[in-house]
Amino acid sequence: MLDIIREYWPLLLVGQYPHGPLGGLAMTLIVAGLGLLLSLPLALMIAIARVSPYRWVARCAAALVHVVRGMPLLMLIFWAYFVVPKVTGHAVSGFTTLVCALVIYESAYLSEVIRSGIEAIPRGQIEASRSLGVGYWRTMFKVVLPQALFNVLPSMTSQFVSTVKETSLGYVISVNELTFAANQVNNLVLTKPLQVFGVLAIIYFIVCFTLSRGVSLLDARVRRTRAMR
Amino acid sequence: MKFLDSAQLLQLASGMVTTLQLFAVAWVLAFTIALTLTVVRTANVRATTFIVDAYVEYHRNVPLLVQVLFWYFGMPELLPDGVRAWLYQHNAEMSLAAIALGLGSAAYIAEDIRSGLRAIPTMQFEAARALGCSYLQCMRLVIVPQALRIAIPPLVGRALLLFKNTSVAMAIGVVELTYQTREIENETYRTFATFGAATIMYLIGSFLLMYVGSRIQAHYSLARKEGRRA
Repeated sequence: MLDIIREYWPLLLVGQYPHGPLGGLAMTLIVAGLGLLLSLPLALMIAIARVSPYRWVARCAAALVHVVRGMPLLMLIFWAYFVVPKVTGHAVSGFTTLVCALVIYESAYLSEVIRSGIEAIPRGQIEASRSLGVGYWRTMFKVVLPQALFNVLPSMTSQFVSTVKETSLGYVISVNELTFAANQVNNLVLTKPLQVFGVLAIIYFIVCFTLSRGVSLLDARVRRTRAMR
Repeated sequence: MKFLDSAQLLQLASGMVTTLQLFAVAWVLAFTIALTLTVVRTANVRATTFIVDAYVEYHRNVPLLVQVLFWYFGMPELLPDGVRAWLYQHNAEMSLAAIALGLGSAAYIAEDIRSGLRAIPTMQFEAARALGCSYLQCMRLVIVPQALRIAIPPLVGRALLLFKNTSVAMAIGVVELTYQTREIENETYRTFATFGAATIMYLIGSFLLMYVGSRIQAHYSLARKEGRRA
């Protein structure tokens, strides 16, 4: 097991980076980070639409969220993989495909997280703000969202952990990330699949476990701040 | 764009059957293991608690695909030759995928049941014991019914996730719905029709699960019980 790490750690960590395309764990983290970052504004929009006073806006947003949550991420990735090139007429790289699919998938889940945060804000605050003559959007952005987003910070971060895990599906469409790199290593070593995939599991475990612990610390901190208020 | 003919729709349907089989087997496996984990944990011995915790953390922090690949490529190496040969003759992909999916979900289900149990105040347990119930009676009549009621919504969500996650099994060649979809797309190039049909099938499955879940929840909800009594 150790000799596999000793021999192939650059491939697992950064791919062929200085002499070729970036890959491995670095790519996994980039895809996950980009996916979450880009899905944040989209999720915010969907969440605001879901609590909209116009019923049809809320219904459309709810339908969108239900459809995305009802299908497997893998299916979404294949949609992006086969359909986006047909629609745009350009060949799209696996990286872009994966990020696009992740953004759509994550924004549906993230919007539910944000919506729960918005709905947890007492109605009285919104009513008070509105009766003081503050407009709907200003109430949303100055009163509701700052508190709501702060309160759901731990859930949003734990969404990052699941995004890191979900990037592994890029393997299926040959995106050069950690799982793909491990498979390459497996094809090079050929005789030790147990050790190679064991190493892969350990790497994912270390990354995600550290992030999860970070989330619990953050959670404790958010709770403390809310108790002080 | 041409729509699919009946042979291809039949192919998709057979994929859906495999998906459902995989889901059913994995769910039963997951629930059994999760119950065992929960019972072991209530024993509250330090060594066993550590093992349960390690099990849960491992499965929650390693991607499902990696677990599936590990079981498919890695685990058969540990088996004796005879068993391995038998396994490869009898649809190894399917059984190994079911094991990987089941073990992975078990960790989450165990956590859901545990948080349900934790929500019941220990005083209830003490009161039941003081009234002369045995440990098992107390669990069966007082604690577990309430804990399950609290755990039902997350358990339904978990079942839905498991249903969707069966698609990962295509990576090791289980011929389920996603796999069949790719096959048909490869043969016919009817991208929209194929993926559209498969997506609708997944959505029907998911919405059915959500509906059944909400029925179960309504059936066990306290409001209904109160209504019946009044």
